[in-house]
Amino acid sequence: MSDRVNLPHLPHLLHQMIRIRQFEEKAAELYSSGKFRGFLHLYIGEEAIAAGVMPSLNADDAVVSTYREHGHALARGVSMNSIMAEMYGKVEGCSHGRGGSMHLFDISRKFYGGNAIVAGGLPLAVGMALAMKLRPSSQMGPSTSLAACLFGDGAVAEGAFHESLNLAALWRLPVLFLCENNFYAMGTALHRHQAETDLALKAKGYRIAAHKIDGMDVDAVEKATREAVCKIREGQGPQFLELQTYRFRPHSMFDPDLYRDKSEIEKWRAHDPIVSYSTILKKQGVLDDAQIEHLEAKVREEVQGAVAFAESGTFEPVEMLTRDVYTLEASK
Amino acid sequence: MTYREALRLGLLKALESDPRVFLMGEDVGAYGGAYAVSKGLYERFGPERIRDTPLSENAFVGAGIGAAMMGMRPIVEVMTINFALLALDQLVHNAATLRHMSGGQISVPLVMRTTSGAGRQLAAQHSHSFEGWFAHIPGIKILAPASVEDAYGMLEFALYDPDPVLIVEYASLFNLEGHLPEKAIPPVNQALVRRAGSSITLVTYGAMVIKALTAAEELASEGISTEVIDLRSLRPLDMATIVTSLTKTHRAVIVDEGWKSGSLAAEIMARIMEEGFYELDAPVERVCTLEVPIPYPRHLEEAAIPQPETIKAAIRRVVAHHV
Ligand SMILES: Cc1ncc(C[n+]2csc(CCOP(=O)(O)OP(=O)(O)O)c2C)c(N)n1
Repeated sequence: MSDRVNLPHLPHLLHQMIRIRQFEEKAAELYSSGKFRGFLHLYIGEEAIAAGVMPSLNADDAVVSTYREHGHALARGVSMNSIMAEMYGKVEGCSHGRGGSMHLFDISRKFYGGNAIVAGGLPLAVGMALAMKLRPSSQMGPSTSLAACLFGDGAVAEGAFHESLNLAALWRLPVLFLCENNFYAMGTALHRHQAETDLALKAKGYRIAAHKIDGMDVDAVEKATREAVCKIREGQGPQFLELQTYRFRPHSMFDPDLYRDKSEIEKWRAHDPIVSYSTILKKQGVLDDAQIEHLEAKVREEVQGAVAFAESGTFEPVEMLTRDVYTLEASK
Repeated sequence: MTYREALRLGLLKALESDPRVFLMGEDVGAYGGAYAVSKGLYERFGPERIRDTPLSENAFVGAGIGAAMMGMRPIVEVMTINFALLALDQLVHNAATLRHMSGGQISVPLVMRTTSGAGRQLAAQHSHSFEGWFAHIPGIKILAPASVEDAYGMLEFALYDPDPVLIVEYASLFNLEGHLPEKAIPPVNQALVRRAGSSITLVTYGAMVIKALTAAEELASEGISTEVIDLRSLRPLDMATIVTSLTKTHRAVIVDEGWKSGSLAAEIMARIMEEGFYELDAPVERVCTLEVPIPYPRHLEEAAIPQPETIKAAIRRVVAHHV
């Protein structure tokens, strides 16, 4: 993934988490100053999942995500420049400015969005995995590819979730279901929307191997993903990870965050995945404070570069508006 | 050769000629298809390519989209257009949008087949015609085969198309007799004049084409020469063929099995206003399904949907109209 700042001496997982955190903090700032509009769903607090999941995926695997996907896209290797430009709605954006924050697409990274219909991505991932299983491998790449699908705890209430898990299990498809359980669907707490709050158990009900993972611990996420991916590639069928996490920020920039106690947020902040992992790395003697500061400074440069790239980008001419509704213009 | 057999032959040819093609849907395999369209294909191509699905319309249509994005050529069958409403989310939010929303990066070469239409006393949850709703959506195309030729030939066009295509088949036409096309059928985005005439243009599609032709034949003895246009493609609409006919007849009736309010017939009428207004010698009329849920008893069902008699009455009124 070419544009990644090349810091081979510094741990990759920490680097990715810092990239996501800084990108998002900058995005919030830019949004507040009116640089771009629309919905903005921040991932701050949940970075360990994106950073921990992506290293186990190959370039041939497909990734399907949600509207809270900046972190997923960054960790997958979609360039920060193109993501920032997309936030600005510029043609240089990864979706040519058509999608905005919620609809990041980059097929060169096999990053298939950016789906803002809750649970809307699950059926797609199932179909992609079906294609991987069916397609003549000589023709279109190795058959050990998988489709990784990220979604929130809110998605578990949708019919599409249940239909998709059943299909994937029934047909033993190479799907990695990654449930980011941040304990809230907008303002509705998990126990207020699920009679059974053990989400891994639901997957087991479809005979899918499932594990609950501490999603604030990047090492744990990385290890669990690596193992699940390995099982899928061995042909053991779909795997499900319930990654327990917390979003430190409101659901979106419009959310006054009235439904949860400040003390609850503080309790989770004490488990900040970046702080925790930095502490571990320091304790292990892998990094010292100066090196971490250096890393942060590098990322700050990358973020500034992305802002400059986006600012200097161009808006798509209105004459192009009706392009790409169909492949052939004559189809209209 | 029936319409049903033609559909089956079309499927057979597609499965034989392209390893990327597979058929998926409820009871398409072991059962042989709810309307026996795919009968025998499961035995011939096996359960991987003739794939029975659970009752999960949203997920298996979505899975078809995902598989199409990955280079396969799925043919997804939804038993009837009524059940296709359970898959609207995937069709509208993914199949129809992914290309534009991704800035042109993604193609969804999905073919979805379904059946539509009333006339078999199946009452209010199995008889409605929702083609007009689907035709509202930019990003998908809709084909409505109304002949044995099109039942056979349209699938190949749809599979060749890089974008999502919905083929709406008509339950009441499954036993229609006809012949396989001798050469390739005309491009599917072209409407066809099924019967030439000079007094009035009758625009219709799907199962109503047959009723329109019946009405036209019967009116010939009254000295009314009716030109019948089969739209074939509901999106995009071939207005050129309609307007060309109007320059000859200057009068039109539209027959649509959907409800009148917000119908495809309304869209065609509006476009005639926009593109053919000065050709008209009389107001255009529509014959649509009455605005009621389709009822069970035969006489009420018949009264609810367009019939040759109601079509003829509309034609007579429009032909008799003088400014
Ligand atoms: C089908 C659908 N219903 C409702 C919404 C509005 N909505 C957007 S996000 C959201 C909450 C989803 O929560 P969750 O899946 O837990 O993900 P999180 O936002 O916590 O990451 C809701 C209700 C939607 N986008 N799609």
